[in-house]
Amino acid sequence: MDLQKKRKLINKLALTLSVVAMLFGLFWLVWILFTTLELGVTRMSLDLFTKMTPPPGTEDGGLANAIAGTLILVGLATLLGTPIGVLAGVYLAEYGRRTWLGHATRFINDILLSAPSIVIGLFVYAVYVAQVGNFSAMAGVIALALIVIPVVLSTTENMLKLVPDTQREAAFALGAPKRVVIMQVTLKAAMPGVITGVLLAVARIAGETAPLLFTALSNQFWSLDLNKPMANLPVTIFKFAMSPFKEWQEIAWAGVFLITLGVLGLNIVARVVFRPKHKQ
Amino acid sequence: MSPPTHAAVAPAPSETAGTQTQPRGSRRVGDLLFFNLTRAFAGLTLLMLAGIIVSLFIGAWPALKQFGIAFLWSGDWNPPKERFGALIPIYGTLATSLVALCVAVPTSFGIALFLTELSPPWLRRPLGTAIELLAAIPSIVYGMWGLLYFAPIFSQYVQPFLAATLGKIPVIGGLFDGPPLGIGILAAGLILAIMIIPFIASVMRDVFTVTPTMLKESAYGLGCTTWEVVWNVVLPYTKAGVIGGIMLGLGRALGETMAVTFLIGNMNVFNGFSLFLPGNSIASALANEFAEAESELYTSSLIELGLILFVITFIVLSLSKLLLLRLSKQEGTKT
Repeated sequence: MDLQKKRKLINKLALTLSVVAMLFGLFWLVWILFTTLELGVTRMSLDLFTKMTPPPGTEDGGLANAIAGTLILVGLATLLGTPIGVLAGVYLAEYGRRTWLGHATRFINDILLSAPSIVIGLFVYAVYVAQVGNFSAMAGVIALALIVIPVVLSTTENMLKLVPDTQREAAFALGAPKRVVIMQVTLKAAMPGVITGVLLAVARIAGETAPLLFTALSNQFWSLDLNKPMANLPVTIFKFAMSPFKEWQEIAWAGVFLITLGVLGLNIVARVVFRPKHKQ
Repeated sequence: MSPPTHAAVAPAPSETAGTQTQPRGSRRVGDLLFFNLTRAFAGLTLLMLAGIIVSLFIGAWPALKQFGIAFLWSGDWNPPKERFGALIPIYGTLATSLVALCVAVPTSFGIALFLTELSPPWLRRPLGTAIELLAAIPSIVYGMWGLLYFAPIFSQYVQPFLAATLGKIPVIGGLFDGPPLGIGILAAGLILAIMIIPFIASVMRDVFTVTPTMLKESAYGLGCTTWEVVWNVVLPYTKAGVIGGIMLGLGRALGETMAVTFLIGNMNVFNGFSLFLPGNSIASALANEFAEAESELYTSSLIELGLILFVITFIVLSLSKLLLLRLSKQEGTKT
């Protein structure tokens, strides 16, 4: 009797703690989002989108050059990384399921997926910036694209694997060559999943700061030249948040708000576009 | 939309199948080209790994030549005098990551337990998504929020409390000693913990759900409580996966840059083992100093730090992957 009471007590205790753990996790999410929202909204104004990043000590100023820079860097990196990731994912799922290259790529890709992004920045610095001789937006695009590839690759592979083999067989039976089967049947069937992967990759790189520190650097002025340093939101936030100037910190909060809004929005959209249907 | 789609428009399947308008040879060439194209891009991933290691090695070569293996345990980081050692950043990286694991592992286990066993089914998806969103928040947001909001509260309320309670225990007391600055190894570790909880929790949740229902139900049939089923049946069954998830979290924590840079204090001098003290991590040393490093030796010492970080995370993440693979193999054999 005593033992049973003890067992029930332990059970209750453990389950209570698990509820506490859940609340602990949610607590941080709510706190961070609340702070970001509160401070970001107060600084929201049209100036933010039309004026350049200010020099220290000036009252007005915005993030126009940083916003444009981030859009350009993220857009180009996605355009560069997506086709590579999708085609490599096609290889893994359609050709190389049991080959040596397939296994090795899958393994390495999963590691690159979680590899420290600052090392990617160092790598691009060593092979591009150091060779060209100056920091440039192009280097930032390459660094971000290298982060896009593993994300898109692994979602493409996983989504293609969910397409039933009977669909492939039906297409083959009609006489379609393999590349047509892949392009018009399996890849089409997996499209919502692939798009989710791309959206998640965009969300991931939109807030990446570390790989841009030694590649795109930052720029106080408006510049669309890919061979020069380009302003971008994350590095600007880093610089402004670490500064002692109050106006800079306020602008940094507005930037944080924009990034968080964009990234969380993309994550939620990605989850709505593709709801996992295979779960039972 | 994936750009390659229009490449596929070439031969419509029905035409080629019916009337043989194209000779078989060109179809085969097209297939072969497409196959090799995809294979080349898959190979690119391997090349990227090799490229990272080789380029960092070349970049680190002057420092490797100058300091040799002693770089790893020399605690002297003195840019003006051109003396560099990795001990303090390595210590900071490991210490923050361990603090993060101590907090994140039990919490993630609790969250996974809640999501798989306790939560009403209609709440599972929204709550799971909410926890995953913690992983989506960019590192820089954690950093800025941590420095300006978390650190002041932490130094005012939490650190004095820790010093008065845990600080009084004989052996581990030394870890919670010193002035409550707010920033430091403990603060950085705690923020890291919040950042890796979603990774560990979602792996744990996923492996818990693959435990065969039959196994769990037989334990319930014997009269086990929910806790006993999870602790004695589910956890041993999914052990490899759970450890894999923890390693994944560790890999993430080791390389995390911006949040740590804001909170660790960036101090290159070792003052003791107290977790309240500021320190430096490999990633934040790189973030802070690399763009300003003038001399070749300084730059290459920083690159060597990057190489060390990459090698450590590579090993940890490989272990994680191997453990998770083992679990999925096991899944195939047992029914």
